[in-house]
Amino acid sequence: MEIDLRTVAIKPLRHTFDHIARRFGDKPASRYQEGTYDIQQTDIFHYRPMWEPELQLFDKRRTKVQMKDWYALKDPRQFYYGAWTIARSRQQDAAESSFDMIEERGLADIVPEEIKQTALAVLVPLRHVEWGGNMGNSYISAYGYGTAITQPCLYHAMDHLAVAQYLTRIGLVLEGPEALDTAKDAWMEAAMWQPMRQHVENVLVVQDWFEIFVAQNLVLEGLTYPLIYDYLDGDFSANGGTVISMMTRFMGEWSTETAKWVDAQIKVAAAESAENKTLINDWVKQYRPLVLAALAPIAQRAFGEQAETVLAEVTAQFNARCTKAGLTV
Amino acid sequence: MDMNVKKKKLGLKEKYAHMTRGLDWQTSYQPMEKVFPQATFEGIKIHDWDKWEDPFRLTMDAYWKYQAEKERKLYAVLDAFAQNNGHLGITDARYLNAVKLFLTGISPLEYVAHRGFAAAGRNFPGVGPRVACLMQSVDEIRHSQTQIHAISNYNKHYDGFHDFKHMLERVWYLSVPKSFFDDAFSAGPFEWMIAIGFSFEYVLTNLLFVPFMSGAAYNGDMATVTFGFSAQSDEARHMTLGLECIKFMLEQDPDNLPIVQKWIDKWAWRGIRVLSLVGMMMDYMLPKRVMSWKEAWEIYFEQNGGALFADLARYGIKVPECLTQCTEDKEHISHQAWATFYQYGGAAAFHTWMPNDEEMDWLSAKYPNTFDKYYRARFTYWRDEAEKGNRFYSNTLPMLCQVCQIPMLFTEPGDPTKICYRESEYEGEKYHTCSDGCKHIFDDEPEKYVQSWLPVHQIYQGNCFPDGTDPTAEGFDPLAAVLDWYHFNNGHDNLDFEGSRDQANFAAWRGMATKNT
Amino acid sequence: MSKVFIAFQLNEDTRPIIEAVLADNPHAVANESPAMVKIDAEGQLVIKRNSIEELIGRDFDLQELQINLITISGHLDEDDDEFKLSWLN
Repeated sequence: MEIDLRTVAIKPLRHTFDHIARRFGDKPASRYQEGTYDIQQTDIFHYRPMWEPELQLFDKRRTKVQMKDWYALKDPRQFYYGAWTIARSRQQDAAESSFDMIEERGLADIVPEEIKQTALAVLVPLRHVEWGGNMGNSYISAYGYGTAITQPCLYHAMDHLAVAQYLTRIGLVLEGPEALDTAKDAWMEAAMWQPMRQHVENVLVVQDWFEIFVAQNLVLEGLTYPLIYDYLDGDFSANGGTVISMMTRFMGEWSTETAKWVDAQIKVAAAESAENKTLINDWVKQYRPLVLAALAPIAQRAFGEQAETVLAEVTAQFNARCTKAGLTV
Repeated sequence: MDMNVKKKKLGLKEKYAHMTRGLDWQTSYQPMEKVFPQATFEGIKIHDWDKWEDPFRLTMDAYWKYQAEKERKLYAVLDAFAQNNGHLGITDARYLNAVKLFLTGISPLEYVAHRGFAAAGRNFPGVGPRVACLMQSVDEIRHSQTQIHAISNYNKHYDGFHDFKHMLERVWYLSVPKSFFDDAFSAGPFEWMIAIGFSFEYVLTNLLFVPFMSGAAYNGDMATVTFGFSAQSDEARHMTLGLECIKFMLEQDPDNLPIVQKWIDKWAWRGIRVLSLVGMMMDYMLPKRVMSWKEAWEIYFEQNGGALFADLARYGIKVPECLTQCTEDKEHISHQAWATFYQYGGAAAFHTWMPNDEEMDWLSAKYPNTFDKYYRARFTYWRDEAEKGNRFYSNTLPMLCQVCQIPMLFTEPGDPTKICYRESEYEGEKYHTCSDGCKHIFDDEPEKYVQSWLPVHQIYQGNCFPDGTDPTAEGFDPLAAVLDWYHFNNGHDNLDFEGSRDQANFAAWRGMATKNT
Repeated sequence: MSKVFIAFQLNEDTRPIIEAVLADNPHAVANESPAMVKIDAEGQLVIKRNSIEELIGRDFDLQELQINLITISGHLDEDDDEFKLSWLN
């Protein structure tokens, strides 16, 4: 007999899992909640890690920042895997149609030479900075505490890899594979890139994962992205380089979106305790001048005599952003 | 404008090489050994990371495109399943107990795999393996979440699913899969790759997913089939990574061979022990069976694993010694495991039962050498007793193996009537293991395995009661206190399927679908 | 010779893929289970982009295989035109 199961009105025994109900009450929960809260194990680990025997596999002591509840660091975008990957595939569709049009119609050829040279000299070597961002965020995803923050950091790491690959494509479109070798040589040897490479390498050896979050996601990205994808991109567009803006659209949109997530983390962590706030303030004050010094020669190449003015504006915007997130920097 | 300069479209291999290779660099402001501090301590020697071949060559743009398509399909099925009361379309509510074991025992491991691959993806100094490991890491969180989301609908209507993370950390049989992943993650990145990337993903995951998911399809569970097959599509990439990794280690330096061989031996045996739980699911917990554990073992382990080891022989890799015993064990382990869970069904977060006559005939046909000879009489006796109202529950606690943490339930090679025990001594203390395979693993790293948090030992030491429990109080019931600490709904999550709330509700809800009252 | 295999979910997308694989690999055998089909072949198995394109009448990227793939066995070598599984022994 064919039975129509849809007609059955059943009263469920419960609306969600107990660990979700303990936080939010027994009511229907979102996919973000069920896929995020309390899914990292917290108790009873069988063996000490051979690579760090003084700590447990997941351990709150891998950062000096302390939270009563690490799940207070929630993602305002509510990204679980499906939401993240579907959002990114939509952005990727848009980026892909731009790249396709540029490649099929040979639009790179209409970019004025000066703009093209600036793009090759400034944008393409940044793929190595993105690789550093990928390293730092994968570290947090591995050794951080609580899925609320470790999960989006992995998405952030993958996004950085994607940005590195978009920058690679820009090099391929504008010049070809040689552009990648030239950029790598510049990254390794040219005076313009050495302060930045030194800074990125220094962040690679930081042990405290929340410090990496501040140094990389707040300070480095917070100063670099507006400089490149806002100011420099504006210059490109104003001077006949719209084709390049078409290829960096993803980065512009992405940094606006991710900055909101980063700010939400900083705000909650700093509001938790005076100790946290001091730590984060100090990290910002430590890394801001280092990043600005690393950006100075790059800004010089990109903006010439306007460099100082542009960097000052970017810094002022960054400081305002920190204040809004509850920091005193 | 000169259209002749339009560039030739790059091929897949070329494009991938440009998009990933060369993103990294030899650091000079900080020493490489400080940037990659876990790269050498295990003794594996790598001379040229660029020799790594990337079989799947996925760039992020393609990754997002295909994964988003998979996710859209999967969630469309899950939504439809929930809206249409798809849970009432399964063959029989007994089936759900297999899903319970999956959510409590397997899904949390997908999560640990995600963290472990994030660590491997941070720690390898080469671009190729780093990118592949990170893609696997993000796939693994996908698997843990799609499983939680698929099973969320079952949790609303049935018992045993409700507090899976809390249970994983505490419940006696769940320490088997948990300790497996803790073991791998607490090792270095290369051993992790052999443990999870190779042994688990390549050699064993087919045995977990393919027959079990076909079983779900046979039993009308479209939600599980969908997440299972959808996860498995990523698994093809993961298997390739595991195989590539082992070839890479072996090709880089001849000194790596003995280390890799030792890890293969260890992790093949560890994995096979964990899969005892899957054998029991296939032979006893699926109301409609798709194939026996023994058949699945023969297809996916003996044939496929045989082809693999024949291939690896050119590097000097030998088939792990423990596998000789598996040829004998495949006839027994599912029956021995189910018999154990039946006896300890009071302390498991799923229901147990004895097979009916028809099911016993199926088992006889599938296991002509063993079922009737060693198991049928015992199972028939237990079933008859249960029908008379004397359902047997063991009130003692089983002794656990120090390595795999499974109760001592497996039998001696050559004598399926005698429980197998092995004993080792370390720093004046005696430790017990269930087999030569586990004893070998213990003896090689005793300092690691003496740390095991063995649930039964912990109960006897009084560490598994809720805060404020007074074990000296009159009428103290230790089992009830332990179940309370496990967060079991005593009487609903555990005990026999016959008489359970799941059984009653499923029957009533199906009845509502077929009648007008 | 050892066997390689590939398994797909059984649906509208995979029907022409399976047809193409079986036509291009006469030594391959398809085994159907609920919701899936597993194709076994001695030694090696080659999936050709051209053959699939002829059956579906549109461009096909071999990476699309991943959407409906369940499992594989053997060493994989993939380029724009072929997806090849083999054992080297």
